Amino acid sequence: MSNWIEIGALKDIPRLGSRVVRTASGHIAVFRTESDEVFALDDRCPHKGGPLSQGIVHNRRVTCPLHNFVIELESGKAVAPDEGCTHSHPAKVENGIVFLSVRQSATAA
Amino acid sequence: MLERLTKQKLVVIGNGMAGIRTVETLLERAPDLYEITVFGAEPYGNYNRILLSPVLAGEKTVDDIMLNTEQWYEDNGITLRKGETIEMIDRRTCEVVTASGERVAYDRLLIATGSNPIVLPLPGNNLKGVIGFRDIRDVEHMVEASATRRHAVVIGGGLLGLEAANGLMKRGMNVTVVHLLDTLMERQLDAVAGGLLKKSLEERGMVFKMPAQTEAILGTDHVTGVRFKDGTELPADIVVMAVGIKPNIDLAKKAGLYCERGIVVSDTMQTYDGRIYAVGECVQHRRTCYGLVAPLFDQAKVCANHLAMKGFATYDGSVTSTKLKVTGIDLFSAGDFAPGPDKEEIVLQDANRGVYKRIILKDKKIVGAVLYGDTVDGPWYFQHLRDGTDVSAMRERLVFGAANLGDGGHAGQNSVAAMSDETEICGCNGVCKGEIKKAIVEKKLFTLDDVRAHTKASSSCGSCTGLVEQVLAFTLGGDYSAAPKVKPVCKCTDHSHDDVRRVIVEQNLKTIPEVMKFMEWKTPNGCHSCRPALNYYLIATWPGEYKDDQQSRYINERVHANIQKDGTYSVVPRMWGGVTTPNELRAIADVADKFKIPTVKVTGGQRIDLLGVKKEDLPAVWADLNDAGMVSGHAYAKGLRTVKTCVGTEWCRFGTQDSTGLGIKIEKFMWGSWTPAKVKMGVSGCPRNCAEATCKDVGVICVDSGYEIHFAGAAGLHIKGTEFLGKVETEEETIEVIAALTQLYREQGWYLERMYKWCDRVGLEQIKKLVIEDVANRKALYDRFAYSQKFAQDDPWAARARGGVESNEFKPMAQLAVMEPA
Repeated sequence: MSNWIEIGALKDIPRLGSRVVRTASGHIAVFRTESDEVFALDDRCPHKGGPLSQGIVHNRRVTCPLHNFVIELESGKAVAPDEGCTHSHPAKVENGIVFLSVRQSATAA
Repeated sequence: MLERLTKQKLVVIGNGMAGIRTVETLLERAPDLYEITVFGAEPYGNYNRILLSPVLAGEKTVDDIMLNTEQWYEDNGITLRKGETIEMIDRRTCEVVTASGERVAYDRLLIATGSNPIVLPLPGNNLKGVIGFRDIRDVEHMVEASATRRHAVVIGGGLLGLEAANGLMKRGMNVTVVHLLDTLMERQLDAVAGGLLKKSLEERGMVFKMPAQTEAILGTDHVTGVRFKDGTELPADIVVMAVGIKPNIDLAKKAGLYCERGIVVSDTMQTYDGRIYAVGECVQHRRTCYGLVAPLFDQAKVCANHLAMKGFATYDGSVTSTKLKVTGIDLFSAGDFAPGPDKEEIVLQDANRGVYKRIILKDKKIVGAVLYGDTVDGPWYFQHLRDGTDVSAMRERLVFGAANLGDGGHAGQNSVAAMSDETEICGCNGVCKGEIKKAIVEKKLFTLDDVRAHTKASSSCGSCTGLVEQVLAFTLGGDYSAAPKVKPVCKCTDHSHDDVRRVIVEQNLKTIPEVMKFMEWKTPNGCHSCRPALNYYLIATWPGEYKDDQQSRYINERVHANIQKDGTYSVVPRMWGGVTTPNELRAIADVADKFKIPTVKVTGGQRIDLLGVKKEDLPAVWADLNDAGMVSGHAYAKGLRTVKTCVGTEWCRFGTQDSTGLGIKIEKFMWGSWTPAKVKMGVSGCPRNCAEATCKDVGVICVDSGYEIHFAGAAGLHIKGTEFLGKVETEEETIEVIAALTQLYREQGWYLERMYKWCDRVGLEQIKKLVIEDVANRKALYDRFAYSQKFAQDDPWAARARGGVESNEFKPMAQLAVMEPA
């Protein structure tokens, strides 16, 4: 069951950019694509924990600022041949408002 | 695009490397355009023909060299009809006819029939035991023969012949190589290198009969021997004919396609019939037929592009290099090394070490190279050959290789062949030689890009690129697919940096989407490589007009601080010319206390680094530093970083000029400018050079009579002393020359290309001409730099700390206090 939380207006996230939402279990990066889709991932690269929210967003991917791992925004998976996966959270836009449903990951500390 | 109801039909004749590489590239470019059928005469999937020699030598198995499994064809919806030959192409009805008479229709046809070994017209050439060296079947024959028989004669002392002979010898046969001429591999080697090679192979037990002409192959049913023109005979249980290959053009000829030595194709790899393409060893392009793999891949790419209806790429021919795939023998040759009146040679010969190097120059450029015994620098010479680099500046030491050009930095260590598998090749990502070799073999990698993607080696700083290319060449045993001559900006486009810069100006393109649209970018909004590059090109081309795209900036330039491994940032305020004051130091100390900044460190550029600042604290930290009169040091920027100075005449007993004052003037004039890569400067007050100006991007050495201006130094990945640009008499002239030089670099440099690399590429003489000799041009460059500075010198820290610019960037979007149960 989803539990949608309002986190702010879509216009507050730059196109091809990202903003951070702070939660008790760590930061979540919320991304906006060129066509105004939004995606949310834990703000940690599976490689060495880099903050994905600080990366360059292109198409439906983000490049980690530390070592250029490329992560799929929808699945959180690293683009092959890199390996690894970042926990993703459901996100949606309704009437210009962004909603997030924080999913506890099984491994979240 | 038109809506297509049915896919077009593409038929490929030939299941070899060229044909399948074309299909692979086509699938990347236009996955749904064609229904593809591949006919292959051999009963296998696609395999790596260049690795047949190691298979013969017992160093690899047939499975090791398979490139595409049958599963691959299935997964990609390709119909593979292996073991089936095409008898005829019916161009009138657009059909091919198989050996069994079946007709298969095509909309586009690709001929990739490769080549056949040349069979000498000798009596007895059809006896059993007389074979070529061309496919897996030939190798199987040779392996079989070596198990039960003793004497092998290989006719042909070229690359293929020697590899065959080596393989047979390794399998225990007595091998005699017969060669018509007195130099082995005469198409790749000169007489000296050929002699060294012969000696070394003889030491391994190979026997040569040369120069010698074969008259007949003896035997009644199976071969028993070979007789020569001089009447002598040799016993033989097996004869390998390896005198060369000829393009397999029978089918094309029968179909009435225009052929000379090969099937004649245009720059888009089309035959005289526009529906029919041809690639690989069967083609003749601009009078040349190729027999190595690298050109085939270049052709495949162009052909695939055209088939995908993206018509912009053309094939301009290839320069090739060769390496003999005989383990333990280092031999490299590239380009044209026939002597000529307009050519010069540099030769190094050390008989005891078994080293021979010959570099052939023409018009200050390398046109050919032959290396024996020490081939470490082969790829390096080859790179200069293909790039057409003006090598006159390094001519004196050229023959000693890259390591001897003052390049003593990290990349200086470069002898891959001698390294153990545990040796680390890529220091950035901790990848050792063994890992790279393993990935190349197991994942069947061909190109530098493949290796980068799979191992991460050479994907960060790039200083080990040469080493990785060597591992590739070494592991694949030779003609792997070298990086393309014209390097595209990134995988999102086929266009080079130069193309992009030119088109931006010519077409008056003013936004990133405009550039991508006009130049047919392959991705909807680029990637982390091309977007920052385009952003720079636009801002450098249209100062005051282009609106900087923050989302196309790397994070450091977007938030004006340097990201650290834990996601915090470092902050470096500008200290003009490296000079500070008690007030500034107090303010820095106060900021460090107030924001609990864990590390305060002095940098190499004479300023102070505050490390471990939280992102949300950045604006407040900047506000406090601004209050004390400090601005951003741009320590994060592809732009002017520092101007390092010594104390000069103000204090130093040796000083000849006010180096500190000049450094500050330069920094005040030039800060804030964006450049292709970072720019570090230095001003020394006398030739003792305490500011270390001669390893900077730009360095000034003050002398009694004026100012010497140097540039294109480096002291990072590479260590390189500067080049002398010119000498002037006044501070004003010094600043004018430096600004003009920087502007030329801003206009010509490729994104992330440091000044010394740019200088290498365009040539010192050219830069001197435009900046020093042509005074009017210098003035024009200076004026363009000064104009762009009008829009560049706003302190980005003040704008964000107090000016409200990008305020969202530093704040979280939301704070979820308590986690709700899911």
